[in-house]
Amino acid sequence: MRWLYLAIILLIPGLVAAAYEAGPLAENPQAEARLKALAVELRCLVCQNQTLADSNAPLAEDLRREVREMIAKDMSDKEIIDFLVTRYGDFVLYRPRWKASTTLLWVGPFLLLAGGATALVLALRRRQKKFTDVSLSEAEHSRVAQLLSEGTNRP
Amino acid sequence: MNRFLIPLGVFIVVVGFLAVGLTLNPRELPSPLVGKPAPDFSLPQLHDQEKVLSSNDLKGKVWLLNFWASWCGGCKTEHPVLIQLAQSGVVPIYGMDYKDRRDEALAWLKEWGNPYPIVAMDEAGRAGINYGVYGVPETYVIDKAGVIRYKQIGPLSEGILQGKILPLIRELQNQ
Repeated sequence: MRWLYLAIILLIPGLVAAAYEAGPLAENPQAEARLKALAVELRCLVCQNQTLADSNAPLAEDLRREVREMIAKDMSDKEIIDFLVTRYGDFVLYRPRWKASTTLLWVGPFLLLAGGATALVLALRRRQKKFTDVSLSEAEHSRVAQLLSEGTNRP
Repeated sequence: MNRFLIPLGVFIVVVGFLAVGLTLNPRELPSPLVGKPAPDFSLPQLHDQEKVLSSNDLKGKVWLLNFWASWCGGCKTEHPVLIQLAQSGVVPIYGMDYKDRRDEALAWLKEWGNPYPIVAMDEAGRAGINYGVYGVPETYVIDKAGVIRYKQIGPLSEGILQGKILPLIRELQNQ
């Protein structure tokens, strides 16, 4: 019984937070699921680091309404995204499309990673060359042993 | 000496990128609609709701479309520039009252002056979405064939007007 109470108490903040989520629910849960899936892929142009799903800006509300209507008209995801891209440009997409002007964006991090890895390997190899084993003579060996034992005998 | 040259070079390149990045305005997004036909609209007029302003009626001349609202601060900033431009008679500025209340819009124009021959009402913000508006004020220069030639995001200033918009309008009017 205590666990049940605890579970209910833990759920309350979640429910309250959910109540503040933007947008009215459509009657059709399937359409709403599609809207949600699309809205996380689309950027709110007013608060640029939020998705259309997160934002409460009036424009985001309008765009969600627009997307909801397009879903009701049975348009495909691609058609809906194209509708927004022709009006707002590639910037509405959270995942930019692969094309000539975005190549560096997509490939750049991997180029940097490869460059860094190469530099690291080169540097390590160069360092390894610097520390080659030096052969010690018999006299030097006994001197080392003597010095080490002196160290351990010290209080 | 050599071991410091590479980090220094990298540092200078990064600083260069950051310096350029700081001067860019992330609010100004290039519009994909420049060079494309202006989206059609047919909306009730603010002053006479019985009448309609349609983009088709405006074909054959160069015109400006100015999205504004009585609740928008930037619109007040650019308002004197619009009034002056309207008085010069160089180009008609058609207003699009974006997501606004009619009584408030009318009061706003009465108080600050009306630079528009006709204002259309975009109550639901649909025309705004079709034009890719994401923050008022925004102003479009539309040519005789009904093609968008320029989009101004944010308030118009005297400098932008003299430097970009008026030369463009003269060029388009002579076509």
